[in-house]
This record gives sequence, structure tokens and C-alpha cells, in this order.
Amino acid sequence: MTFTSSIGAKFCGALLAAVMSTTALSGAFAADDTIKVGVLHSLSGTMAISETTLKDVMLMLIDEQNKKGGLLGKKLEAVVVDPASDWPLFAEKARQLISQDKVAAVFGCWTSSSRKSVLPVFEELNSILFYPVQYEGEESSRNIFYTGAAPNQQAIPAVDYLAETEGVKRWVLEGTDYVYPQTTNKILKAYLMSKGVAESDIMINYTPFGFSDWQTEVSKIKAFGSAGKKTAVVSTINGDANVPFYKELGNQGIKAKDIPVVAFSVGEEELAGLDTKPLVGHLAAWNYFQSVDAPINAEFIKEWKAFTKNPKRVTNDPMEAAYIGFNAWVKAVEAAGTTKTDAVLDSIIGVSVPNLSGGYSTVMPNHHITKPVLIGEIQADGQFDIVQQTAQVVGDEWSDYLPDSKNLISDWRKPMSCGNFNVATGKCGGKGM
Amino acid sequence: MLIRIISLIFIILSFAAPAFAQSGTDPKPLIDALAKADFAEAETLIGQIAATGDPKVVPALDAFSEGDLYFRKSDSAVFIGKTGDAGLELIDPLTGASAGPTSKSAVTKIRVNNNLRRVIDAAKGGLTLMSPDRGVRLAAADAVLASPSPENLALVEAALAKETDSEVKARMQEARAVSVLSSDRSVDEKRDAIKTIKSLGGRNALGILNSVSSSIDPSLKSDLDSAIGSIEAEQQLWDMVQNVWYGLSLGSVLLLAAIGLAITFGVMGIINMAHGEMVMLGAYSTFMVQEVIRTHAPGLFDWSLAIALPVAFLVTGAVGFVIERCVIRFLYGRPLETLLATWGVSLILQQTIRSIFGPTNQEVGNPSWMSGSFPVGGMTITWNRMWILVFSLTIFFTLLVVMKKSAYGLNMRAVTQNRRMASSMGIRTPWVDALTFALGSGIAGIAGVALSQIDNVSPNLGQSYIIDSFMVVVFGGVGNLWGTLVGALSLGVLNKFLEPSVGAVLGKILVLVLIILFIQKRPRGLFALKGRAVEA
Repeated sequence: MTFTSSIGAKFCGALLAAVMSTTALSGAFAADDTIKVGVLHSLSGTMAISETTLKDVMLMLIDEQNKKGGLLGKKLEAVVVDPASDWPLFAEKARQLISQDKVAAVFGCWTSSSRKSVLPVFEELNSILFYPVQYEGEESSRNIFYTGAAPNQQAIPAVDYLAETEGVKRWVLEGTDYVYPQTTNKILKAYLMSKGVAESDIMINYTPFGFSDWQTEVSKIKAFGSAGKKTAVVSTINGDANVPFYKELGNQGIKAKDIPVVAFSVGEEELAGLDTKPLVGHLAAWNYFQSVDAPINAEFIKEWKAFTKNPKRVTNDPMEAAYIGFNAWVKAVEAAGTTKTDAVLDSIIGVSVPNLSGGYSTVMPNHHITKPVLIGEIQADGQFDIVQQTAQVVGDEWSDYLPDSKNLISDWRKPMSCGNFNVATGKCGGKGM
Repeated sequence: MLIRIISLIFIILSFAAPAFAQSGTDPKPLIDALAKADFAEAETLIGQIAATGDPKVVPALDAFSEGDLYFRKSDSAVFIGKTGDAGLELIDPLTGASAGPTSKSAVTKIRVNNNLRRVIDAAKGGLTLMSPDRGVRLAAADAVLASPSPENLALVEAALAKETDSEVKARMQEARAVSVLSSDRSVDEKRDAIKTIKSLGGRNALGILNSVSSSIDPSLKSDLDSAIGSIEAEQQLWDMVQNVWYGLSLGSVLLLAAIGLAITFGVMGIINMAHGEMVMLGAYSTFMVQEVIRTHAPGLFDWSLAIALPVAFLVTGAVGFVIERCVIRFLYGRPLETLLATWGVSLILQQTIRSIFGPTNQEVGNPSWMSGSFPVGGMTITWNRMWILVFSLTIFFTLLVVMKKSAYGLNMRAVTQNRRMASSMGIRTPWVDALTFALGSGIAGIAGVALSQIDNVSPNLGQSYIIDSFMVVVFGGVGNLWGTLVGALSLGVLNKFLEPSVGAVLGKILVLVLIILFIQKRPRGLFALKGRAVEA
């Protein structure tokens, strides 16, 4: 297998070299009076399924900004590269965007692995990345803005909802075996136990990427749920494995009324490939749903459908995060009067921009943003019916429920300017960075 | 829709039937109050609506549960909304009379959540126990069974007294037992109830018994524990049977994915990295067939898979034919180049599909006969898994017959065993090569039709099966169809017996390690080919 993949990699390398030279060429011909914006999303490989949409959103946002007259009197120009779902390639492409194409900021990445791969590049070359996907927290970088949800903006309110509204006493934490589910489940377990849930009432279970035979897992959930206490499943199952999981749930007759499943990675886009009638009532927690009843959202959906020329295209939470990130950057650049990294890093903190749920999101000193948490129930038409909406929640990068990180805070304003300040020792540094 | 028709019939009939426990309260103001209620208030209101005992409220409760209940913004009047051609048609919740069409913006949907759906189910169960329709009564008994409450007990007992149908009566007995357990009836009655629930068996009974174990009268504790113990013991036995079934089912999926490869790799010796993409093309063919059926002949939907089978076979067979003629035939005897070239082909196919259909999942529907499950003793078997098992065995044996009994199969075996001799006998070997590769690809396409029922239909579909397919063929023995069958089923069962104890991730790793060790011992797999063909 090493043999095949190394051949594959070489082959890909050759292809990419070709792509690279073409982008480099097109860069060279571009006019000087534009501001370049990097878009770093996989357009091929396994993650293309999710990331291609975000590339389209970025192109739409840039297009709109240009129609409004651009930024600082210049037109914006998108530089799109394809890191092909290959984590080391993300770092390579990021370096190329910053050093060769001289982009002012980069919008991109989906998986935590890709973000971890580019993080040192952005810190070394001092550029800015806007990361639009919910993630496990436990990170704060001077050069990255996390506009997706931190665990306290998604997982914890969802668990609270189930415990309060549905009276859930027994929990199955079901996830795909990688960093986001594992960290999230660690936080959730600590949180549930702090709320008095016994360890025997929590079952944590992992499956490999792309897992498709859910029979045993689902019957395990059924068995765990027959202990006489109300049971729920908290799912951090990654994209592709969800469809067979929900199909199996539906076929084995587990209804949301009996054992509800709340998911953190299932949105409108994932449901588009599914018949959702057997799933009505299962839940998802996000900061945005397409069904949000707000004029600004209706406008956004209309523009998106027009831009993609597809009336069936859906919107989802990472799209909103990209929208907030882009608008916050635009506002910060306008305030700073320049696109220089240090000036923008200073001016962006405290910037407030409208989000799509009808309120405002503010960029906080810890490089996370404020937003409300929405809990939605899946409907027969593949949309979500919002059953609860919280007030604004500030993204918490270092979880308060993990012993390693509960004393850490992050504040990138001067004079502290520290991503992992330990409030117990009063020193900057320690775990994490 | 069906539910609503049944309920409508029921309303009409219920005028004749004597209504039970009619307290005489008008439910109309209670239903109208739902318009402004939050979830907690709605729960109370549902209880009050049910307490009126008026069966006319059932359609309104049904609609509420389905999310079809609306209130008019102008006067907060509550209606059942039916989506029609001209927006939304409003129906009076009690009389069922039409109140004319309206636009969606003039009304607001009354929100419902899981908790309310549960409450509605229980309430409805109590109200419909006396329905003249046998199916409705059965469903009502099930609803009471699922949500035991002391309030329903009196209703169940009244219904039991009048019930004549033996199956419904048995179900109602169980429902009654469940309700007795949560009520304040005498210890003796509760002891009988525990017996009834024990004989019911299964996970649900276990859940019901477990839920009362903390609050039960101490004198009943031993009865309860022995009932729980016996159900658990029985369940454990069924779990073993279930593991075997799950294993066979996983094995049948592996067999499906690998069977085409057993021909292209096993028989022809081509390391075909594009095999997974053939499966993917088969799945997309199914999607296309369903799209056409959806737009042109919705009535044929249940036949869509049967129609997709030949389509997928022809499409992928043709693609396989082209690949063999354009690429592979120049590379016979050069396995490394073949591997590289087919890998390239697989990337091209993936990206082509991605460009045409987009990177997102496509929805392939399950025909009704492939949805849901049926109980067998203490386990449930899902229809889609069962049909896939039947289907993959059918393909396997068909293929076996083609290989062993047909003239074409004879030619194919002759060519693979001794190409030059076969050529001397007048067999057009290049033609046989192309057809064999096309057959292998076509079979992979057919597998795609079945796999589209249980997996994502996305450009990445094939990638997830390619490793497993090679694993099965190598483990079973290259060049031997029986080996593929035995290999797939035994790997499936092994996997499913490891999974409950060590988890899915470690289970998969262990299976891989075992295969590696096995291959060290028997490099040619389970069923090694013997004789000259091996050396050729």
C-alpha cells in the first residue's frame, strides 16, 4: 500500500505541479491594483464533498464585495488553490498563497488535521487564516480566527437541551475515530460527570472513517437504551459515515421519540443525500440553519441559489461561518486602512458584523466569535425545525471541563498577546501551543 | 396521508360508536390555545385535550405530531394545513371541513418536538383504543405499551372488556400490564403484570422492567429481578445469533464488492485499481434511473432497482470494455504499469463524476420493500440487508454457472489457463480478454446498484471498497470463485464477532493483522489454485 500511495502521490504531484504553474502564471498577469484573497479548500479527494461548497461561497462573497466597489478602492481577487484533501499539501499550498501570490488573507481548511498542518506556516509567514468549521477547541493562534463553533458553542448546549427538555439520563457518545470527536467526547464526558451523570450511564464508542456497516453499533445502542432510563445518542460521526448510520437507525426502527440522536456534523448538505422521513425528530446543534426566519438569511439564500444557478442548493452552518469571517475581515481592513497583517490583527478584535440568524457576531480577543446556539429537529423535507435558540455564546478555546486547560485563557490584545495564558500561575505558556 | 384517511374514516364511524369517558368539555378552545403555547404549556394542553375523551380531536393531534398544525396570523385560529398546488389548504381541526386555501405567509406552523410527539402518541393511544378499525386499535395498544401511564389504565381495561379480536386482545393485555406496573394497583396484580411482560420478552420489555426496578414494592423485587434475568439470558442467546447474521450480512456486502474483482484480478490477473469506480458508476446508474423514474413514471419507483440492474451492467460493462481496449491490453504481463494506469483511470473516473454530478451525495431512494425490518425471535432483521444477502448469493451462483457451464466460460477459462494453447485452438484471445474484463466490470456495476441502498452515492464510493475487495480476493485465493465466497463470509463473521468486544476500530485492525499472518502461512489464500495455471 505504501508503494501504491507513493506512486499515487508522485502522480498527483505531477498533476499539481501543472496546476501550480498555471496559477502562478495567472498571478503574474494580474493587475497590481487588486487585493488578493486566498481560498484554501479541497476541490478533489475525500473532503471535496464538503469543501467545494465553501469555495463557492467565498467566490460569491468576493464577487458581491466587488459589486459594492471592492475594498479600499481596489477590487478583490480570489486565488483558488486545491490542496486535494492531502494534509501536508495544505501547508505547501498555504505557503504558496502567502509567499508567491502575496494574498492579504486566506479563507480555508475544513478538518482539524489540515488546520494543524497550516498553522505553523501562517505563524512563520505572519499571515491570517479564517477557519470556518466547528472544531474541538484547545487551540489559539495569533494568526488564526476560528469562526466555527467551539465545543461550548455547540456540544454543551445540545447536551443541556436533551437533559432538560427530553429528560435524558443515559448517554451514548458515538464518534468517528479522530481528533475532533475524541476531544469533544472527552469534554462532554467531563461535563456530564460534573452534572452528576454516573460513569456507567455514559458509553463512548468510536468507528473508523467511512464506516458503513452500522448493524452491530446500532443494536449496541438499542441494548444500552433498554436499561429503563431515557437514552440519547450524541453523534460526532464524520460526514460520509452518517448516511449509512441514519439508514440503519431508520431501518431498525429507532425513532427519535425513543432514542434521539443529536449530531454535530450533520447539516442540510449531508441530509441532501438522504430520505429524511424516517429521521424526523432527530436533532442537530449548529449556530445556523437554513430554516432561520430572518430577512438577512432569506436574502443570503436567494443570492446563493442565484450564484450557483441551482434552486435546490442548500445553505449550512460552515457557510455562515465563512460569511461572518469574510465580513469581519472586510470591516477590519476598512478600519485599519490597510491589509497589512499586524494592523488587521489589531483592528479586527471587537469588530461586529451581522450573522445570518438575525443578530450580530463579534470577534473576541481570543480569536473566536460570539454567536447563538440553535438546536434543530430534522424535518421530512431535509430542513431543520429550530426548537431552541440560546442567547449569544462566546467561543471558549480552552475548555473549562478538562483539567489540562481549565486554567488557560487566550487574549491576543496587547500587552498580554498570549494564546495560552495560565491564570493559576500568571504566566503565558504551558500546554497547547 | 394514510393515517389521515384512517382517522377521517374513524371520525365518521365514531359518531355511531359510543364515546368513552366523555367529560363533555368542548375541545375547541383547548386546540385554539395551542397557537400561543410554548412546549411546556402545549404538553398540559394535550393532556387536557385527551381528557375530553372526544375522539374528534384525533386528527388534530395527528396533524400536530406530523407538524401540519398551523394558526392563522390574523385571528390565531388553529387549522390543519395540507400542502396542495395552491399553497396551503386549511382544514378545520375538529369538523374536517375545508376553510379554503391560503398562502404560507398568512399562517404560522405550530412547533412540535420529540417530547410532545411522545405525549401525543400516548394521548392518542388512549383515545383510539375503542376504534372500530382493528389496525387503529392495534396501533393504539402499541402506543399505550410504549408510554405507560396510570391514566391509560382505565381506558385499556374498558377496551379489553369489549375486545373480541384475539391478537388485539393479547396486545392490550400487554399494554395493560405495562400500565399496571406504573400505577398504584395491588402487589398481586403487579406480580401478574411482571409475568405478562416477561413472556413478552425482548429489549422493550427489558426497558420497561428496568425502569420500574427502583420504585417497585420490595416484595416484588425478586420477581422483577428473575424476570429481568431471564429476559437478559434469552437476549444474550439471540445476540449470538444476531452476530452471525450481521456477519453474514457484512460478508455479503464484501462478496458483492469483491466478486467483480474476483474475475478481473482473480481470473485475469489484472491489478485493477479502478474496480471501486466501477461500483461507483453502478451506483450512479441507479441514481440516474431513479431520477428518470421520478420525473416520468413515479408509479414504477418500486421497480427502479430491477430496471437499474441491466442499465448498470451495460454501462459499467461498456466502460470496462473501453478501458481494456484502450489501456489494459497494452499492459498485459506488466503488473506495475497496470496498477499505475488503472489507478490513473480511477482518478479520472472519480473527477469526471465529480464534475458532472458535483461532489455531494446523491439521494438514491429505497423502494418500500427494502425499507424497515421484521422481528425474528429476539432480533430484528432489516429488509435491505436481507435482500442484499439474497442478491449477492444469486449473482455469485449465476456467475459460477456462466463460468462452468457456458461456452463463453469455457473459452475464458481456456484463455486464462493457457493463452497460447487456447489461441492455437482458434479462440480469439483478445476478444475473450475484453469480454472478461467487461463482465468483471459489469458485475461490479451490479454490485453498485445494491450498495447504493446502504451507502453514500458520492464520487468517493468506490474508494471505500477497493481495499476490502482486494483483501477478500487475496484471502480467499486468487483465481477461485468459491474462495471469494468463503473468504467474504468468513471475514464478515469474524469482523462482527470481534466488533462487540473490541470495538469497530480495533476489530478492523485485528482482522487485517490476522489476514497478514494468514497470508504468511498460506500465500495463495484459502483455496489455492493448483497445477500449471499457477506458474503461468
